[in-house]
Amino acid sequence: MSAEAISENRAKGDFWQGVRLSMPIVVAAAPFGLLFGALAVDNGFSVLEAVLMSAMVYGGASQMVGIELFGQHVAPWLIVLSIFAVNFRHVLYSAGIGRRIAHWPLVQQAVGYFVLTDPQFAVAERKAEAGETVGFAWYMGLALPVYGFWVTESALGAVFGKLIPDTHALGIDFLLPIYFLGLVMSFRRRPLWLPVVVASAAASILAYKTVGSPWHASIGAVAGVLLAVILPPHHSGVEARP
Amino acid sequence: MSTTLWIIIAGAIATYLTRIGGHLVISRFENIHPRVEAGLNAVPAAVLTTLVAPAALGAGPAEWAALIVAALVSQRGGLMTMFLAGAAVLVLARQFVG
Repeated sequence: MSAEAISENRAKGDFWQGVRLSMPIVVAAAPFGLLFGALAVDNGFSVLEAVLMSAMVYGGASQMVGIELFGQHVAPWLIVLSIFAVNFRHVLYSAGIGRRIAHWPLVQQAVGYFVLTDPQFAVAERKAEAGETVGFAWYMGLALPVYGFWVTESALGAVFGKLIPDTHALGIDFLLPIYFLGLVMSFRRRPLWLPVVVASAAASILAYKTVGSPWHASIGAVAGVLLAVILPPHHSGVEARP
Repeated sequence: MSTTLWIIIAGAIATYLTRIGGHLVISRFENIHPRVEAGLNAVPAAVLTTLVAPAALGAGPAEWAALIVAALVSQRGGLMTMFLAGAAVLVLARQFVG
């Protein structure tokens, strides 16, 4: 076998490994894709616009906030600002993941940042933590099923929205917090994990009660990150430079 | 073009800026200070926690039971096992507590 064929096979294997890891994300996000499509049409979007928003923004919570405000006839610039506010936490993901994908060609990096959602960041960061290289094929294997299902579900929800059954009894409104808790737990072996979790939880709850949503997420996150910055580096397992 | 389309396009651009912005800022520095590195390492726990904590606080016994079971299962099982266990407890508990 030529070296090229070997590296192509490896890329294929990496891609499918990513696809496997994407499955819990696809399951957890599915109800929200359908719900988004249904709510979008309910609030005056066409089916095409609902699909377009999922394909272009690709951020569940921000899309929900966006269509909710749209339905209330809020000024367009305020809707865009709210989408920005809900998504602001991604700035931290972007800063963190840059170290892992800096070896990719620029175009691949540009694509990689486009699909940088909460679970995408967390799963990629875990791979890097395990000492493995975060490759483009693996990363896209993780991202593409989530993206494809998300856009498709938005379309299905927009067309068949009225058929969605009692979401509360099925528990689908609380699936994401459960999934996100799992992601939080998967980082528990990192230095400073518990202090950071406690600081972020306290700050986000406090901000939720005072400043309100959606800024509570960014405020809580900054509190946890600042704690790690302020404490002497040896607590974080990072070598201090001479 | 319709207002809706403009909102979608502007929202998409704003979102992409958040997804690439942190990297653009950090990559301007040649050396990452150890304290900044420590901060970046704290990002997953810090951000993901904020997506759980307020939701958990505003929830009821059924949701708390689901989170507790999920946290316990995550000590041993993988992400999928944890997720399914939590979801099962949630659906079951809601039949009783509503």
